[in-house]
Amino acid sequence: MNIVIMGCGRVGAQLAALLDRDGHKVNVLDVEQYSFRRLPENFGGTALVGDGTDEAALKKAGIEDADVFVSVTQGDNRNVMAAQIAKHIFNVPKVVCRIYDPLREEMYSTLGLETVSPTIVGAQILRDIIMD
Amino acid sequence: MYVIVVGGGKLGFYLASALLSEGHEVLVLEKDPRRCEFICEQLGSVATRGDGCEARTLADVGADRADILAAVTDEDEDNLVACQVAKHKFRVARTIARISNPKNERLFKKLGIDVTVSGTNVILEHIEEEVSTHSLIHLLDLEGGRLEVVEMKIPEDAQAVGKRLREIDMPPGSQVCLMVGKEGTQVPTSDTIVEADARMVVAIRPEAEAMLRAALTAAK
Repeated sequence: MNIVIMGCGRVGAQLAALLDRDGHKVNVLDVEQYSFRRLPENFGGTALVGDGTDEAALKKAGIEDADVFVSVTQGDNRNVMAAQIAKHIFNVPKVVCRIYDPLREEMYSTLGLETVSPTIVGAQILRDIIMD
Repeated sequence: MYVIVVGGGKLGFYLASALLSEGHEVLVLEKDPRRCEFICEQLGSVATRGDGCEARTLADVGADRADILAAVTDEDEDNLVACQVAKHKFRVARTIARISNPKNERLFKKLGIDVTVSGTNVILEHIEEEVSTHSLIHLLDLEGGRLEVVEMKIPEDAQAVGKRLREIDMPPGSQVCLMVGKEGTQVPTSDTIVEADARMVVAIRPEAEAMLRAALTAAK
């Protein structure tokens, strides 16, 4: 599959490495060149400097041929906006978006985005460990 | 009217100040506590510290009874989210977003934001107006950018001068809405004769701009 990942932080880089190892074509987009240090040395995908909330940058990252778009920058709003561009402007078949704020996550998931809130998931896991 | 202004920067501050002087109820949401304090000192207690993208903050300031929410921070993504939360969580009737990247206009409209204001576009339009001798001025985007209304000035030496509109090879689907000439403004028919120096207001598809330019301004 053609996968575009926006944000090369810890999660973005880890996800890019996993998907690359599985044989997918991965393009990672980040505003900072320095973020790409997190990618493994044998990473076979492409790393591109650019702002994922900008249509031109998304096109350069191959959004028009993408099967999947994932937004995992530090900013909830950036993630939400990029995901909506991918979904509504470029019609990417699968769009996943990280949202830390649980209230915002609930709203955007009712608006039809596939969302993940590490805040909710993380708290649940910690509770389960404590109660085990 | 009750207006919530998200973002207490310079634009938010002057907007709030103008709205207050017109007698509206105004609340400014601003993340920076010092900026909040400044606004309250200047305008009275109209600023609250908080993130206008958070549903809880908006609930606290009574967003459910707001008539308008104007998001005017300098980040397009923050303005988008503030407007979406206001629309979907609080049913605010009118949401207005400031945008910096003119390309975002299409997305914001598609996502239900009622009004977008792009400083970039406004300045661009003024510059186009200044520099254009016989070029094309954008007046209005319609149908989410699939249609636009433009104005073209007819140069004195254009082939089109003296011809009837139906004799001119206009782009298919285009519609001349108005001709502003020496005799004043008229709604042209296919028999209207194109005058030199007249200004034509035309509705066209954006991709037909080059053809329109050729049809109306090409020299004899």
